[in-house]
Amino acid sequence: MTAALPDAADRLDFPHRHLLGIEDLSRDDITLLLDLSDSYADGNRSAWRKLDLLRGHTVINLFFEESTRTRTSFELAAKRLGGDVINIAVQHSAIKKGETLIDTAMTLNAMHADALVVRHPQAGAVHLLAEKVNCSVVNAGDGSHEHPTQALLDALTIRRHKKRLEGLEVAICGDIAHSRVARSNIYLLQAMGARVRVIAPPTLLPPAIDRLGVEVFTDMRAGLAGVDIVMMLRLQRERMQGTYVPSVREYFRYWGLDYEKLAYAKPDALIMHPGPMNRGVEIDTAVADDIDRSLIREQVEMGVAVRMACLDVLTRHAGHRAN
Amino acid sequence: MTGRIAYFNARLVDPASGFDAAATPSAGLLTEGEAIVAVGPELFAGGTPSDATAIDCGGAVLAPGLVDMRVQLRDPGEEHKEDIASASRAAAAGGVTSMVALPNTDPAIDDEAVVEFIARRAREVKLVKVYCYAAITRGCRGEELTEMGLLREAGVLGFTDGVRALADARTMQRALQYTRILGAPLIQHPEEPSLAASGVMHGGELSTRLGLPGISRATEILMLDRDLTLVDMTGGRYHAAHVSTAPGLDRIRRAKAQGLAVTCDTAPPYFALNELAVSHYRTFAKLSPPLRTEDDRRAVIAALADGTIDAIASDHAPQDQESKRQPFEVAEPGAVGLETLLPVTLELVHNGYLTMCEALALLTVRPADLLGLRAGRLVADAPADLVIFDPDRPGRIEPDNFRSKSKNSPFDGRLVQGKVLRTVVDGRPVYIAGA
Repeated sequence: MTAALPDAADRLDFPHRHLLGIEDLSRDDITLLLDLSDSYADGNRSAWRKLDLLRGHTVINLFFEESTRTRTSFELAAKRLGGDVINIAVQHSAIKKGETLIDTAMTLNAMHADALVVRHPQAGAVHLLAEKVNCSVVNAGDGSHEHPTQALLDALTIRRHKKRLEGLEVAICGDIAHSRVARSNIYLLQAMGARVRVIAPPTLLPPAIDRLGVEVFTDMRAGLAGVDIVMMLRLQRERMQGTYVPSVREYFRYWGLDYEKLAYAKPDALIMHPGPMNRGVEIDTAVADDIDRSLIREQVEMGVAVRMACLDVLTRHAGHRAN
Repeated sequence: MTGRIAYFNARLVDPASGFDAAATPSAGLLTEGEAIVAVGPELFAGGTPSDATAIDCGGAVLAPGLVDMRVQLRDPGEEHKEDIASASRAAAAGGVTSMVALPNTDPAIDDEAVVEFIARRAREVKLVKVYCYAAITRGCRGEELTEMGLLREAGVLGFTDGVRALADARTMQRALQYTRILGAPLIQHPEEPSLAASGVMHGGELSTRLGLPGISRATEILMLDRDLTLVDMTGGRYHAAHVSTAPGLDRIRRAKAQGLAVTCDTAPPYFALNELAVSHYRTFAKLSPPLRTEDDRRAVIAALADGTIDAIASDHAPQDQESKRQPFEVAEPGAVGLETLLPVTLELVHNGYLTMCEALALLTVRPADLLGLRAGRLVADAPADLVIFDPDRPGRIEPDNFRSKSKNSPFDGRLVQGKVLRTVVDGRPVYIAGA
């Protein structure tokens, strides 16, 4: 069984205690995680399914924000590594005082968890927790800041199809301003040598986004011209009714991905979406379900492999494990 | 009671007259009771008077006590963060002899009873002089005007809604018109609230990287443009607190050149720090207005040097640990400042941006004159409100040693030069270093 285990992490140690954001990672760190994830992805498709790397170890999923898919993905990843998983969902109404956050950290310390997976609606909240707990912390999304495992699974998915990241043209489209997925992907793709464009209505572009080294477009057709990868972002419902954009109808008309706009990208361009999708808002149903173009289902699959790799290296680094 | 006290061997600095001469044994100042009797470089040429208690200043600066025109006391209402006694001790330790409280307490300073309460507490504490502003609108809610005339009679020095901008243009216009008969300034937190909305830091590359909602420069520019238009129309007297942007300072500069009755202040974080202080979600550097870019910081220094900015205030905003140890978006804004006001301001002198006289004028006579206070001057018959400090003594800012109940300083660990040795209010020592 261990024969299927990749040795990448043995050759190159992961020099971080936590995984809080892609911005903190080097190209080597990212390559290490992607290589290891790749092996886990193969393993997940093959006969062996359950490992014992995390046997006797506890992973706590601490979610201050609703997320079935990310939480499930982490849970499955930890269980496939043989770990015990505890899910804690904190109601939004209970967070109104940050006392709760610090108190939560203290409570978790008393439980002697080995890894903590945290999602929080506020940017930086995961950093705050990481300062207070004595185990490794994985950021599963903090406000509009970062979502590192999403960027890693996106990169893994792309790499498995295009055999590289270097030199690819990637367009990230939609609500860039509020997207942690966009930020993590920008950092990761650029670190790996891809070129990133962002395409959004002007109201959904954050200030000075060009300073992150991306090319900025407000027109989908111009922005999609010649790209290899089209990443669509979810538009939150509360932002589409006359606040940031006038209406769903208008948004779909100008920024929704349909075949007509997709035609401007390279003929073999692939489509991604971090989910959950708003069909008919940011993406046309036919495009989303196009098995030749859409990687959306595979992203979910890669998510488990990436989270296995992250939990693996972080617990290994923290010295929790014998091997 | 206090008799006569002779402060000798001092470097006398009187920013009002521009006097600053190297210390000599004969240079000094004589007080009797609550007042200054005489001052001069040769005052003690024949030795100190035999009937006076002699205090050797050891060559340190002897200057008017600092006048801090923007302080939040948190009393009444949030005494766990600060109260009049703890703020007074902090002020005394910081060389501040007069401070002016914002009205955003609970209850707000919007009627005479609260003004009386503060005056009574200050008398009981009896350390530094505590003045206050009254709210422009009841409860600082931005709606109905307070009884401004009666409040002025009760002794308030000006009117402001504190940390909230007075957003309604018609209310601002009426307040500017009405205060013309009161001889007191209207003090605005210049930030257009609908544009600042949920912003928590300066809007730019760093806010985009941190994923935090930003507050653009336009929030300040818009409010200043609107207010200055109303000032021009009404002839009112207007003071913009903590102007933080280069374009905002340009608006003030132009308004002054145009002859409008406009003044403004800043606080040490705005000339000593920039937005990078909030990197890694450091909530102790979360301020309102937010710390801005390096260009803005330099513009603040330029505006201090050219006289556009009239005063440096501490902008003392105590917050307890529970209010700051929070995710950045929900952490309370503000920093304590009473005990760091002088040493951080002295950086401007050490770095050659201001002379000692200019720096001290911004901390003493200019805010005193702006508010009509008898303070800030080393002249005979003036109240004996003094500070003695060594401008060169090195030290490290250590919030744990603050007298303030709250320790939320963005200057934690900063190396500074300048140490208050003694603070005197109405002839009484209210702080003696090491005592």
